[in-house]
Amino acid sequence: MSFFTVDGISLQFGGLKAVDSVSFSVEKGEIFTIIGPNGAGKTSIFNLISRLYDPTSGKLFFEGRDITEVPAHQIAKLGIARTFQNIELFENATMLANLLVGRHCHATTQLWQDILFLPSVRRAEKEHRRKVEEVIEFLDLQPYREKLIAGLPYGVRKVVEVARALCSEPKLILLDEPSSGLNVEETDDMSFWIRDIRTELGVTVLMVEHDMTLVNRVSDRVLALNYGRVLASGTPAEVQAHPDVIAAYLGT
Amino acid sequence: MRFVFKTDYNQDIKLLKHGGYWWSYGALLAVMIAAPYLIGSYLQSQIVFVFIYAIVGVALIILTGFTGQASLGHAAFLAIGAYTAGFMQSKGIPFIVYFPAAAIITGAVGAMVGFPALRLSGIYLVIATIAFAFIVEEILARWESVTHGNEGMRVRTLDLLGQPMPRDSDAFYFLCLLVLVGSILLALNLLRTPTGRAFIAIRDSETAGKSMGIDLAGYKVKSFAISAALTGMAGVLFAHKMSFISPEMFTLLLSIEFIMVIIIGGAFGVHGAVLGAIFIVMVDPFLTALKDDVPVLGASLASSLGMSPEASGKLRETMSSIGSAAGLKGAIYGLIIMMFILFEPYGLYGRWLKVKLFFQLFPLYKKATFKRQKTYVKSERNR
Repeated sequence: MSFFTVDGISLQFGGLKAVDSVSFSVEKGEIFTIIGPNGAGKTSIFNLISRLYDPTSGKLFFEGRDITEVPAHQIAKLGIARTFQNIELFENATMLANLLVGRHCHATTQLWQDILFLPSVRRAEKEHRRKVEEVIEFLDLQPYREKLIAGLPYGVRKVVEVARALCSEPKLILLDEPSSGLNVEETDDMSFWIRDIRTELGVTVLMVEHDMTLVNRVSDRVLALNYGRVLASGTPAEVQAHPDVIAAYLGT
Repeated sequence: MRFVFKTDYNQDIKLLKHGGYWWSYGALLAVMIAAPYLIGSYLQSQIVFVFIYAIVGVALIILTGFTGQASLGHAAFLAIGAYTAGFMQSKGIPFIVYFPAAAIITGAVGAMVGFPALRLSGIYLVIATIAFAFIVEEILARWESVTHGNEGMRVRTLDLLGQPMPRDSDAFYFLCLLVLVGSILLALNLLRTPTGRAFIAIRDSETAGKSMGIDLAGYKVKSFAISAALTGMAGVLFAHKMSFISPEMFTLLLSIEFIMVIIIGGAFGVHGAVLGAIFIVMVDPFLTALKDDVPVLGASLASSLGMSPEASGKLRETMSSIGSAAGLKGAIYGLIIMMFILFEPYGLYGRWLKVKLFFQLFPLYKKATFKRQKTYVKSERNR
């Protein structure tokens, strides 16, 4: 069985089928991209995977385990982290605090230990801090440690969100439009980082992206969606040459 | 301006970030310890009230400031703490037992109130907590075998391991100071651990929190429980300070006073609880002055400006009737809250930080330093 499998998943909002029996599978160490016009159901699939939505039908498998019924807050612990299309950072906290929240799924201390700040809590905190520092170094975020998120520029916030996801030491990272709102240079940096996340950290990447240059540069395989249905899948070149995909983007 | 050069992760963890804080907080603590020997009994009594209000303020900051869950029911938690103390003491249970017991019972009730919070937010949660407070008030009035109903209940002098602590004694002052320092340390400890960061995550983005592995339900209930337990402890001290408790002491107005503590002080840091408590406790002497001294002053000023005795007497009567009008306190509270929300949403502590920064940066301070623009629209909250 594949590393991560989506098996015939559907999501219905009233009469609207946002996702219509979509199936695909991602292999370990792959960069897999979902493309499609606006409203195609890309982000809905992400929300299904991170269990913010309950699927109407279908199943999700991660490392051979059925995660369709796992509650949303346990997904991170299994090794799936995500970013959001419209940046969902903790605005009134420092970047460091944001990244430390990313370590939350590895927190082992109990409430009463936290209240008393026992030596075990201090040890755990230093360990979390060390891991966070590795991510800060990896993504060049050193200048912003003590800055409040509310005061950071958009491009940096985008990177901080990736950093927060990496802090949970995921096996699979879901990037929801990592390049949206970034300028050309920032998009370049992002494409290098996405490849580094795969090769250096060994994290499998599943992303939604509109910028076809970025998709072509980093993706191993691409899946095209429209109206919640799969149009085509394969290498970036294959998908872009597929007549249905061209029709979906350009009209007939 | 001071720059802390960090070489160790412990420097990010410790509470007093550099030597200067040791001096300033040390001096503050020394003053607070020396105070009973230097000041009069009236001021000392007021400071004890500041301590009690500040404990509730810390509790509310954990719930509202950190976790983002509003509550107008904290007077009820205070009442539960106070009545637990009163009842248990009358049954001969020692302070050393009923003090923690009050915290545990109030914390359990707080956790129960936390459950509706899982589905409610904002104004709906506020209404739910008000409803809870009314239920508690009603129970206190009706459950006469325990609470003596509307007659109220006498609370005997606090007795700590055979050592009596009358409500005006120095010992009682130190006990309140100790509990306040303890609850401040508790709040600060929470802030530097996963629990506190989870609270902040819930405040700023529930969706992202969930995806980062935070169990929203669990942490909201924990936040309510901790906040209620602290308020319950304050309730025990409150009962002993008042030495008499009755249901009409724990009304909505008291809950509003508690909310004012953190609005005025600033809800984003623990300092706000203390500053707000000082402000709220000092409103009462101010109101008394408005009732007694201001009319006299005004009238004598008017007559010295050449007003006839009859006219100045009339002026004095009008002013004192305004000063003693029913509901004046509520009106003034409302005005103060509006002013703070409009002009200083970060409260007194926020104002203090701005003044401090002004001097730190002296010729370079920009007026726009604290201006924040909300450019990025948050959509798709997945609620």
